[in-house]
Parts: sequence; structure tokens; C-alpha cells
Amino acid sequence: MNLTLKIWRQKNANDKGKMVDYKISDVSPDMSFLEMLDVLNTELIEKGDEPVAFDHDCREGICGMCSLYINGEAHGPDRGVTTCQLHMRKFKDGDTIYIEPFRSTAFPVVKDLVVDRSSFDRIQHAGGFISVNTSGNTQDANAIPINKHDADTSFDAATCIGCGACVASCKNSSAMLFVSAKVSQFALLPQGKVEATDRVMNMVKQMDEEGFGNCTNTGACEVECPKGISLENIARMNREYLKAGIK
Amino acid sequence: MSGIIKSSIARKVAMALSAFFLMIFLLQHFAINILSVFSPDTFNEVSHFMGTNPLVQFALQPVLVFAIVFHFVMGFILEIKNKKSRTVKYVKNNGAANSSWMSRNMIWSGATILAFFVLHFIDFFFPELNTKYILGDLSGMHNGEFKYYNELLHKFESPIRVGAYVISFVLLAMHLLHGFNSAFQSVGATVGRKEVMKKIGRAYAILIPLGFIFIALFHHFNGH
Repeated sequence: MNLTLKIWRQKNANDKGKMVDYKISDVSPDMSFLEMLDVLNTELIEKGDEPVAFDHDCREGICGMCSLYINGEAHGPDRGVTTCQLHMRKFKDGDTIYIEPFRSTAFPVVKDLVVDRSSFDRIQHAGGFISVNTSGNTQDANAIPINKHDADTSFDAATCIGCGACVASCKNSSAMLFVSAKVSQFALLPQGKVEATDRVMNMVKQMDEEGFGNCTNTGACEVECPKGISLENIARMNREYLKAGIK
Repeated sequence: MSGIIKSSIARKVAMALSAFFLMIFLLQHFAINILSVFSPDTFNEVSHFMGTNPLVQFALQPVLVFAIVFHFVMGFILEIKNKKSRTVKYVKNNGAANSSWMSRNMIWSGATILAFFVLHFIDFFFPELNTKYILGDLSGMHNGEFKYYNELLHKFESPIRVGAYVISFVLLAMHLLHGFNSAFQSVGATVGRKEVMKKIGRAYAILIPLGFIFIALFHHFNGH
């Protein structure tokens, strides 16, 4: 496959940045998108040019580092995948592919396609955990009976990898799907109910302080989420927040 | 408490609550207007009751005006806030791949409905306030008979006005196609019943505006 790549290049956080065109030849349809970028970078290095900076870690769809907006969609045109799971067979020979970093005021660009998503970490620190006394006589979590539906729904929410595709896809740059997944994962389990009120209030407060936009329920986040996190989590978080506000 | 009021979720809920009130109002407005098709006399009587009942006039009507103003003002405030959340736009963005046109353009369908409200207030609401509370005429009569039905017919004479009316209600249907379900989602009422709520929302969003359009066209073509 021969492709034209239009890639966002930005030297640092203060640089204005611009799209730069690159031609790449002999791309195998079986390559992952990141492998294709590896090939491009090898060519750039051999020519003495600056390689394109992009984030990656596990390359098996779990780390959520690959914050790429490809042809107008987070992680590209495929569904339920991260960029490392996107294969070049999803494109056609001769295609022009736009590659941009995730855009959000709360995700500032560090360099080229790398963004700073530490705002998600700060939201997690605000309440995305349970406090357990590890004195040695802690009750085994598996010994607590939990309704199967709640356990499954909680696990589904827990599969969120915090990649930020929800924020990138949302026209309002809202982080509600991410935060609601973290709130739901604990709200549905007995271990999480103890701190449920503080958790939802603190996480939403931190989310707002980070500068994310307001959710208008477009559903784009759910469609683009590589882990299929359901919009129902947002409804559950809204309910949890209302309950907490009334208390 | 002030922190809660400023929070994104509290604002969503406030938008949803004002939307619920407006959707109930729309339903009762339709229920009254459709009477004009079947029984002009009943339409006149119900209109006169709504126009002179103290509970409607001094309790529900101010709440309605507040809900309308609040819904629009908060809608614009949230739109501005959301724009600030992404100051650098994407060079290529394929919004149609993951969301409906209606959901992405609520501000534009809302702005059209706002323009319609202004026209509607100039047509009916302000003249009614003037007649009743400035001129002091609470009779609802004109030339010896109730004026409401005749006023309705008069407003639907002009094809331009009827055209604007139809366009406004098409935009309202589009606004509701997203807004109905969105309001229930905002208050957390869709947990476990997402698909049912979508169906109810679609039915409401299409049938009620279609009903208003039918009434306008009915009187335009049969009124004279």
C-alpha cells in the first residue's frame, strides 16, 4: 500500500504546531497502525529528520497510551480497538490519512502526537479507589455474596483503560464516560458503597476543575470507546451524584 | 452547596428539569390546540379557562416563562463553556461516524425554536397580556363571540407564516429526537431501560410536532 500521511507536528507544548505531509510506500495491510508509524519513523531517522513522537506501551490494547485521532475518529475507523489493534487493511491503497493528537484543553499536547492525560490521574486520585484496612484480618472479597448482574456490570465498567478516546470524540470534550465508569465500578459493589457519596462528589469536582466540557449525551464516547463502556454508566453516575447531593 | 450548583452534572440536571416542564407544557398545548380541529367551541372555552384561571396565569405561566428563559440561557452558557474545553479544533473530524446530527446541533435547533418563541410571543402572548392586564379586558370576547378560534384561523392564513411554523416544528422534532432521551439520561432515569426510553422519546419527538404541523395545515387549507 502507498499512503499519504498528514501528521500533526508540534515541537513542544508552546509551539503552534501544523500538519505535515509524508509519503510512505510498501505498507503491509497486516501491519498495525503503530507499526506503520514505526516504519515511517525509521525512514525519517535514516534521512536525518526528527521522528514523529507518539505514545505507546503494551501494543495489545490494554495500556490506552496511543492517543491518536485518525481520519476524524479516536483510534481510527475500526470499532472496539485501540490504535495498536487497528490494522492497515482498514485503509485502501492511495488513501490520505489524517493523524492528530487527542484534542482537549485538559489534554495539552506535549509533543507531536503525545498528550498529557494526567488530568485523568488527578480525577482517579480524588476518589477512584476504596479504602481497605490491610491489617491482616481483612475479609476476603470473594466471600461477600454479590448479585451476578451487579458483579458483571461493575466488571464491564472496570474494563475502562482510561485512554481518553471518550474525551477526544466528544464534541464538548467531556470526560463523563471515563469518570462514570470509575464511579460505577465501585458504586455497584458492597466494598465501594461505603465511600460512594464522597467518591462521586470529589471525582466530579476534580473533573470540572480540570476543564473538561459538559456532557450533552451525544453518545459519541460510547461508540468510540475501545472497551465498549456503556452510556448507562453516565446515567448511573448522574443518579449517584443526585443521591449524594441530597444527603 | 454553591459547588454543587456550579457542577457540570447539576447543570445537566437543571437543563433536564426545565426540559421536562417544557415537554409537559408542549403536550398540554397540543391537547388544547387539537381541539380547534374537532370543536371550535370547546377550544374557545378551554382557551378562555387557561387564559383567565388564576392558578394557570399567576403560578404556572411565570414558571413556564422562567423555564423557557432558563433553558435557553443555560443552553448557551453550556455551549460557550464546552467550546472552551477544546480551543484547538481537529483538522479532520468525522462527527457523523459516532453521533447523530441532532445531538451535535442542539444549539442550532434550539436557536430556531427560540426565534419561533419570539414570533409566538409577539403573536399571542404579549397581545393577551396587554388586553387582560393593561386594558383590563378579561372577557375573551371580540364582536360578541370568543376571539380565540378566530385569532387562530387568522394566524394561519399567511402561507409564509405557516411555512415558518412548519419549519420551526420540524426543528423542534429534531431537538426532541435527541433532547427527550437526553433529559432522562441526565437525571439517571435510563439505567436498565435505555431502549424503551429511546422508543418513547422517538414517538414523542415525532408525533407531537407532527400534530402541531397538522393543526396549522388543517386550518390553513380549511379555515376559509
